[in-house]
Amino acid sequence: MFEQMIIAGFGGQGVLFVGKTLAYLGMDIGKNLSWLPSYGPEMRGGTCNCSVIISDDKIGSPIITNPDTLIVMNKPSLEKFVDAVKSGGLIVLDSSLIDSKVQRDDVTVKYIPAMEIAENHGNSQLGNMVMAGAYIKAREPIFSIDDLYESVKAHIPPAKMQLAEKNIELIKAGYEYN
Amino acid sequence: MGNKVLMKGNEALAEAAMRCGCRFFFGYPITPQTELAAYMAKKMQKNGGTFLQAESEIAAINMVYGASGAGARVMTSSSSPGISLKQEGISYIAGADLPCLIVNIVRGGPGLGGIQPAQSDYFQATKGGGHGDYHLLVFAPSSVQELADLTSLAFDKADEYRMPAMIMGDGMLGQMMEPVEFKEYVDLKDLPEKPWATTGTQMKRKKNIINSLYLTPEELEELCVKRQERYNKIMETEALYEEIQTEDADLIIVAYGTLARIAMSAVSEARSQGLKVGLIRPITLWPFPAKVFEKRAETSKAFLSVEMSMGQMVEDVKLSVNGKRPVYFYGRTGGMVPQQSAILAEIKKYIKNM
Repeated sequence: MFEQMIIAGFGGQGVLFVGKTLAYLGMDIGKNLSWLPSYGPEMRGGTCNCSVIISDDKIGSPIITNPDTLIVMNKPSLEKFVDAVKSGGLIVLDSSLIDSKVQRDDVTVKYIPAMEIAENHGNSQLGNMVMAGAYIKAREPIFSIDDLYESVKAHIPPAKMQLAEKNIELIKAGYEYN
Repeated sequence: MGNKVLMKGNEALAEAAMRCGCRFFFGYPITPQTELAAYMAKKMQKNGGTFLQAESEIAAINMVYGASGAGARVMTSSSSPGISLKQEGISYIAGADLPCLIVNIVRGGPGLGGIQPAQSDYFQATKGGGHGDYHLLVFAPSSVQELADLTSLAFDKADEYRMPAMIMGDGMLGQMMEPVEFKEYVDLKDLPEKPWATTGTQMKRKKNIINSLYLTPEELEELCVKRQERYNKIMETEALYEEIQTEDADLIIVAYGTLARIAMSAVSEARSQGLKVGLIRPITLWPFPAKVFEKRAETSKAFLSVEMSMGQMVEDVKLSVNGKRPVYFYGRTGGMVPQQSAILAEIKKYIKNM
């Protein structure tokens, strides 16, 4: 496995957290991984992204030029990264926040109204978890949804276990969305 | 799953430092190393140590001087402009033969520069920085795990040779998360004794004096010569490096730190296209691993130093290769990171004429 993904959106959407969640998954299934945030002076509400690599082999460059996967949660980020995605790659797109379609026919695009789904579950903050579920669905069988549930539970302090359950509920909603 | 945890480089360094007995941290915040100080602020007191945010970098390094003189495992961390401010203190610490750890999470310079990753402090770290005949042990990790491992090695070697050690990282390494496995906490009682430390004579021994002022030139020269003997021994025995696919390589890339990983990816890609390329990754920048270059100057045709600077380490590569082979340079600076494709293009440029 050598999966390079960029997760991008506005600051505050939990973009870095989705990356961390998937990085933990990679670690827990025994893979090598790296997680690299964009850092620097940013405008409040500006764009934010992180690069996650999950690999069987030792990871060289932690910087991703051409991702296999783009998980994208706002329009400016889609515009920034859409052309960089490898031919044959995957784009998971929050269609409740991005009204445009991807103008490429050499990539698989998964449109999912993640924020809307999260709102329907009573937590508009967790659109990021819906995206994670949708991503796993698209990447089966290299990842398994049960491994992700386990991983999410394993890395939340016991005192906050109800948060893990809420996260899992939203991951499941994303996973089951057609 | 093992005992691996997922951590940022800055945090892993702080955790590793406390585990190997560092109980004093003096610093002043600066991007991109702030997580290191923040982690220390959170954990140091729980470990029975002292975290202090000083009023300036200069104050912080002088606190390091004092704590080290009293025999403590002590460190400070900063980024390029802050490290420049510390240079006077570093020279004093070297002149007083004291061990400590200084971390530089390098950013673009000169001046205030920027906050993105750079390697343009190589000269400052390896060729002095402060005044006088002195050196630092300089370690350049390329992964979060190596950052943790070298932190403990740096403290040990600093104590062994009674000299300051530096870890040079960059914003990429400080900010990125990778799985890391830590050693157990050492018992402070198990650390090597420091009979030279100013811990009080209890009226039982001659007093120890920590000082870097010697007004008699004969005396100062003698001290410098003795120190140089130690440096010579270190150059002989302590150089660390990693060699990858160099045995049959026509062209050898030289890169350190996180950039070595990008260079490694470029080397793999070149190899997959049938190009005979290898990589030497210096892990200690001082002492520079000169011997491996002498050896590889016999087997390869040329070297290419790839750096996030305008060309600094390339001088040490040239000195080590000593005119036997051409040494080329490729670099980006100011916070720009060379892309894998750009390094590959450089490789192709030189290898096609071989």
